[in-house]
Amino acid sequence: MTRAPVVALTGVRKEFGRGGVVALEGIDLEVAAGELVSLIGPSGCGKSTLLRIVGDLTPPTSGEVVVNGKSARQARVDRDYGMVFQDAVLYDWRTVAKNIALPLEMLGWDRKRRAERVEEMVGLVELTGFEGHHPWELSGGMQQRVAIARALSFDPALLLMDEPFGALDEMTRERLNMELLRIWQQAESTILFVTHSISEAVFLSTRVVVISRRPGRIAGIVAVDLPQPRTVETREDPRFFELVTEVRELLRAGRGVGAVDAVDEEVAQ
Amino acid sequence: MLRRALVFVAVLAGLVALYEGYKWIWETAGFTWPFVVNDRTMPHTWDIVGQLFEPSRTNGPLLIEVLWDAALFTAKEAAVGFALGAAAGFLIAVVLVHSGFLRRGLMPYIVASQTVPILAIAPMVVVWLGGRGLPPWFPVSVIAAYLTFFPVAINAIRGLESADPRALELMQSYAASRWSVLWKVRVPASLPFLFAAFKISATASVVGAIIGELPASIQDGLGGAILNFNQYYASSPESLWATNLIAALLGIAFFLAVLGAERLVVRRAPEHVA
Amino acid sequence: MSTAPTAVQPLPRGSLARTVGRRARDWAPAAIVFVVGIAAWEGLVRGLDVERFLLPPLSDILQTFWEQRDTFVSAGLFTFKEALGGFAIGASAGILVAIVLARWRWLGAALLPYAIAANAIPIIAFAPITNNWFGILSPASKMAIAAVICFFPVLINTLRGLTSVQPAAIELMRSYAAGELEIFRRVRIPNALPYIFTALKVATVLAMIGAIVGDYFGGSDQALGILIRRSAGIFAFEEAWAAILVACVLGIAFYAAVALVERLTMGWHVSSRGSE
Repeated sequence: MTRAPVVALTGVRKEFGRGGVVALEGIDLEVAAGELVSLIGPSGCGKSTLLRIVGDLTPPTSGEVVVNGKSARQARVDRDYGMVFQDAVLYDWRTVAKNIALPLEMLGWDRKRRAERVEEMVGLVELTGFEGHHPWELSGGMQQRVAIARALSFDPALLLMDEPFGALDEMTRERLNMELLRIWQQAESTILFVTHSISEAVFLSTRVVVISRRPGRIAGIVAVDLPQPRTVETREDPRFFELVTEVRELLRAGRGVGAVDAVDEEVAQ
Repeated sequence: MLRRALVFVAVLAGLVALYEGYKWIWETAGFTWPFVVNDRTMPHTWDIVGQLFEPSRTNGPLLIEVLWDAALFTAKEAAVGFALGAAAGFLIAVVLVHSGFLRRGLMPYIVASQTVPILAIAPMVVVWLGGRGLPPWFPVSVIAAYLTFFPVAINAIRGLESADPRALELMQSYAASRWSVLWKVRVPASLPFLFAAFKISATASVVGAIIGELPASIQDGLGGAILNFNQYYASSPESLWATNLIAALLGIAFFLAVLGAERLVVRRAPEHVA
Repeated sequence: MSTAPTAVQPLPRGSLARTVGRRARDWAPAAIVFVVGIAAWEGLVRGLDVERFLLPPLSDILQTFWEQRDTFVSAGLFTFKEALGGFAIGASAGILVAIVLARWRWLGAALLPYAIAANAIPIIAFAPITNNWFGILSPASKMAIAAVICFFPVLINTLRGLTSVQPAAIELMRSYAAGELEIFRRVRIPNALPYIFTALKVATVLAMIGAIVGDYFGGSDQALGILIRRSAGIFAFEEAWAAILVACVLGIAFYAAVALVERLTMGWHVSSRGSE
């Protein structure tokens, strides 16, 4: 028996202001448990907005959002998901350990249980030894790892990630991609991942959802049939390039046929 | 625009209501803490404003005329002091930014002077500069200048040093002289910091001017007016309150002048905050 | 909040000798200036008799202080109590009102410009009025002035600190289904602490000024301000400068006390920002 999807969006539409900008139109999407689904599209296409709708940080204008079998609001209240932003958003006044423990404190876990879990998460993201450091003492990549540890610390069914590696250089990014895959498999979580990078999307995902430019519609979904676990060699696999090309063509189509402009460069590999 | 005016009127009305409300409650209930409330200790707001349009003494000019002249007098003292202090502060900052030794040597004292109640020296300054053939209001301007100097110096140093290192490197690649670098890169970078200091100094110079008039026994300014009407408080408390009202408006006027100047000179991106 | 896209090595928990050496180089010029300044004061002032009566040599001032130390110390304590009381009242009121204004943003947005304008008012000019309220000799009259002087800067800076939070940090808390109270407790208030301490340090100076200078409009014999003014008035400059010295020492001590509390509470922040 198939498990219910972790995220089910039906006919979701998002409009900003009265009669104003339509950010998203007619979004129908299901994310099954254990998937890693990327959302990719040109700037302003609404992919971040979509993520926030799933997270109940902004309401859809119309349409249905079911997360973990509940309304998005209920899922948020029940803390069914963890979120990672492009900016790590760590609190300067807390150490790494205390930052990771933040959601646990709010869930009312006792000190012992918190300490154990923090130790586990620190190990998971391979930051052992840095528990007592403060965020400004860490590199950008390390900060993002702390953010991921924090997001996973309370074992949410779902992880929402909004271009978490966007501010990092390419090499750190590729390394963190591998980390994320390892964590994903170890924690057996479901991930919804927004990105600007085609190669990142293809490398990480089980499926890549391409959003057209505003008003954002689903231009197409590419199933990534590369073998798991993905490795460094995967990026050199001919099938990888084929999938990247497929995604790129969908992106072009989503922007209007034949148009070649800056967006192309932006989403370049 | 209209909304802002409405908010202004609403806030003003609210403050008057609070004042009169407090007065009414305390008088009716007869509370004596923190102090006894009656028409002497807390005159009605309308009486205070009304007093402005009464003669300041029998057959004399209207109070508002007297206070206007006094305010202008004090404003002149404060403005001269502000200009002197700001210029001196900026100059020192430029020197300190270009000499590492002087900067490390003098900065701690400049900063430490911020922790000290400088204004306490006012009587000494007045004695020192009085009666040397200088106009009697000059020591007052010196006090105002002194209060302006420190915030301006500190902020100017911070501002001049806040220049983007890459912009400096660019100038270096043009083999630009230190003078060019100063005026083309550092000074523009320092403007936000300077205006932050000017806002503090605007008020400080007015305070310095008013306080400075006291030991100097200057009659023509607001400080003198306050002392004067304080003596007649028993017979006309409204006059003192009206004087304070004018002094308050003077402080606000100076502040708004700096704000206006800032808006013209500095263009800054708005902060994105929650 | 930390944003560090470029790689930064974790701070080396470095060697003591190296830190001391660097510190010495940083502080040597200031020490030199201090020594030269004191020497110049003693030397020049003794040499140039003309100005001597206005600015006595430091040694004379210290001697006068010592001879009449009881008067000076009691005047200092009297005035310090006024300043401390005003500081406590004004600062706590400022923080409380700021919290209210941050919680109900529309009110804060409407009132902030007025608080900023009110901060430009020469509050000290109201000293005669508080003298009439509480009596010219009562410490309460100067305490009231000090309290009002402290109130506005503390209010403004605390409000800034409470409201200058990165939107993403608030979103993060919402993703944890945090209520307003928790957001305040866990995010806004810790974020505001640096701003609050900055304002408190400024407030110590303002409170001292309020207490001392308020006396220039009339006050108790036992207060420092009256002592300064009276001594200057009769050209007793050693006394006047001794009193000013006491005021300075108290001011610095007050400021340093708050700075110490800041360092203890917020070691994380001060060390990250480096020197001043």
